[in-house]
Amino acid sequence: MEGTLNGSLNMIGYGLAAIGPGIGIGLIFAAYINGVARQPEAQSRLQSIAILGFALAEALAIIGIALAFVLS
Amino acid sequence: MSGIGSALLPQGSIRAEGFTPPGPADFDLPPIGGDFGTFSAFGQEFVIGVTKPMLQLVLSAVLIFGFFYLASRKRAMVPGKLQFVGEETYGFVRNSLGRDIIGSHDFMRFVPYLFTLFAFILLNNLFASIPFIQFPTFSRSGMVYGLAALSWVIYNYAGMKKHGFLGYLKLQCVPAGITGPILALLIPLEFMSNILVRPVTLALRLFANMFAGHLLLILFALGGEYLIVEMSLAYAPVGILAWVLFLAVAFLEILIQFLQAYVFVLLNAMYISGALADEH
Repeated sequence: MEGTLNGSLNMIGYGLAAIGPGIGIGLIFAAYINGVARQPEAQSRLQSIAILGFALAEALAIIGIALAFVLS
Repeated sequence: MSGIGSALLPQGSIRAEGFTPPGPADFDLPPIGGDFGTFSAFGQEFVIGVTKPMLQLVLSAVLIFGFFYLASRKRAMVPGKLQFVGEETYGFVRNSLGRDIIGSHDFMRFVPYLFTLFAFILLNNLFASIPFIQFPTFSRSGMVYGLAALSWVIYNYAGMKKHGFLGYLKLQCVPAGITGPILALLIPLEFMSNILVRPVTLALRLFANMFAGHLLLILFALGGEYLIVEMSLAYAPVGILAWVLFLAVAFLEILIQFLQAYVFVLLNAMYISGALADEH
């Protein structure tokens, strides 16, 4: 059984575009974990900021995968 | 083996010769009961008809109204279960999204909009996980751009009413404490970022999350089915694994649906509070 690997430049573009948000989200949650570790009482106040930062950084990766499929 | 498989095949996006991966065409649900005609405007073809996402929007509005009407009917001092859930949802949006972000002075004007937005987006997102519906309404981008346009009008209008047209533009486009020739670079940048790009990112974030999540679920389901039915028996365990991952991603999708509704309303509240902020 033979097969071919099909793909497009879109997918390579998405793969490269996902590096940045991956690092960004790691940094955001590293700061959140550090903050909670230093002061556990602040967890609920830091959590909303962490979720906001996560959504903003994730948006770029999600825009990447959506446009990778949509644009031809 | 493939002969038996092809006899059981439904017609559709899987052919016996190869696996066609899902794409944006799977989100293009045709009008129910045929269309009533087409017309073209703005260089696009428009189809007149009623599609499933349109019905879902109406259904979600009816369900939300019905739920909160029933929840707020009794108004007992010691709330029953329905009233408690309704009050908790309203209290969550009013306190942590309204008062804490917009400020206790003028948040009440915006709480109806934020609360309606939260309930509407949440229920429409959850339609992706409810059996027999299983289509996130906001994976159709046109529906999201309507919401983003309404949010844009609201936060700009609130800002302009408080500061006046030019005062509001100055507030948004000129950062505090910066003078000199660098303003010529900063003002167009801030104008684009605060006034032109904000509704686009707001809409694109929700749309792309719902689109990508639903696409992933379709891929796992169809891919698992193709591996089990169409290919030789050695690939069947991989297909079963694909279906197990389908379940895992489905639960992840529920989390993302809650999160995206929350973030949309949170960003709305932050834009409103930024528009109403006092002069520096």
